[in-house]
Amino acid sequence: MFYRAADPATLRIVPLDSLTLVYHRASGITHIVDAPVPEILDILGEGPRDVGGLLGILAERFDLADPDPAALAVRLDELVAAGLVERTCAI
Amino acid sequence: MRHLKLLRIGPIGFRIGSHWRRPIAALDELYRDYPGPRDDIADFNVHLFAARPWRRVLRPSVHIAGDFVIPDAAPLPLAQGLLAAEMGMNLQMALGLRRYLLLHASMVERNGRAVLMTGISGAGKSTLAALLMARGWRLMGDEFALIDCATGLAHAFPRLVSLKNEAIDVVTQALPGARFGPLLQGTPKGAIRHLVPDARAIAAMEVPAEPSLILFPRFGFEPAERPVLPSEAFVRLTQSSTNYVALAERGFEALTRLVQTVPARAIDYPDAATALAMVEALA
Repeated sequence: MFYRAADPATLRIVPLDSLTLVYHRASGITHIVDAPVPEILDILGEGPRDVGGLLGILAERFDLADPDPAALAVRLDELVAAGLVERTCAI
Repeated sequence: MRHLKLLRIGPIGFRIGSHWRRPIAALDELYRDYPGPRDDIADFNVHLFAARPWRRVLRPSVHIAGDFVIPDAAPLPLAQGLLAAEMGMNLQMALGLRRYLLLHASMVERNGRAVLMTGISGAGKSTLAALLMARGWRLMGDEFALIDCATGLAHAFPRLVSLKNEAIDVVTQALPGARFGPLLQGTPKGAIRHLVPDARAIAAMEVPAEPSLILFPRFGFEPAERPVLPSEAFVRLTQSSTNYVALAERGFEALTRLVQTVPARAIDYPDAATALAMVEALA
């Protein structure tokens, strides 16, 4: 299962302080997100990744102490439910 | 409707119709220095009506309706007809306003810089705004701050200041020469008395101001003050806005700009004198 970020034209992302605002134009819903969600959207905006591939990049860029694929999969499912990330079958 | 009042508060025009003369007479008196709607066209209609013809005279009970309604709104006794009119106008603003981002906040201005004060009911928004008016600030409103989505400027909405319970005596003493409405006892919020904004507030009600400080006051605590991060201010202001969702991306952009450009602080205060000193030191 691969994931990619929603079309950039549907998102308005505004970093504030430790939190980031994501306005989802398709639903009109404002999401207030903490790390690593902006980082996940950023990476998945570059191209589709599976959980393992995404976790590898996150671990490399942000020095993750305890990379946990199951926890990341749960986060991704939440982002899919919110419409900020889409599932895709192939690259 | 038989009795009618047209008036404008800041940029918003109202047409208030009533089955009874009494609420309209109170509006005529208290809003006597306010202009009418531009071109006599009101933005919102408010209706104060009796549910049954005989209820105009037998135990008269004032139902509130208008362009926008809450289905289960409880009627008020005729003695509280003025309050019904004010609630009707507030309701139209809260449910129907699309021209501005509406924040449930009081607002005062000095030297072109507006201070917004927002918080839960009982936080002291109206009291602080009235007392700051007594100290020479321009009152821009005690209930709603209107943020222009295009410019970011704050527009005034200086309706009658709604003073409740203990605040009535505090403000009456601070403004002995001011005009007040009748004391309304036993309302859903206790005792209420309306204060007419001073001549300066009414004369300048079309003049917007640059927001310069957002305050989150809390009454009944030891004096304390802390900065509020933009993200917290954003969340709290979305909660205090009735039309943030309806404005969609316009509202998002306006609110984002506000919290990114205007500092916000939370202040706790035990009494009005302490609060006024804190506000004036920060502003």
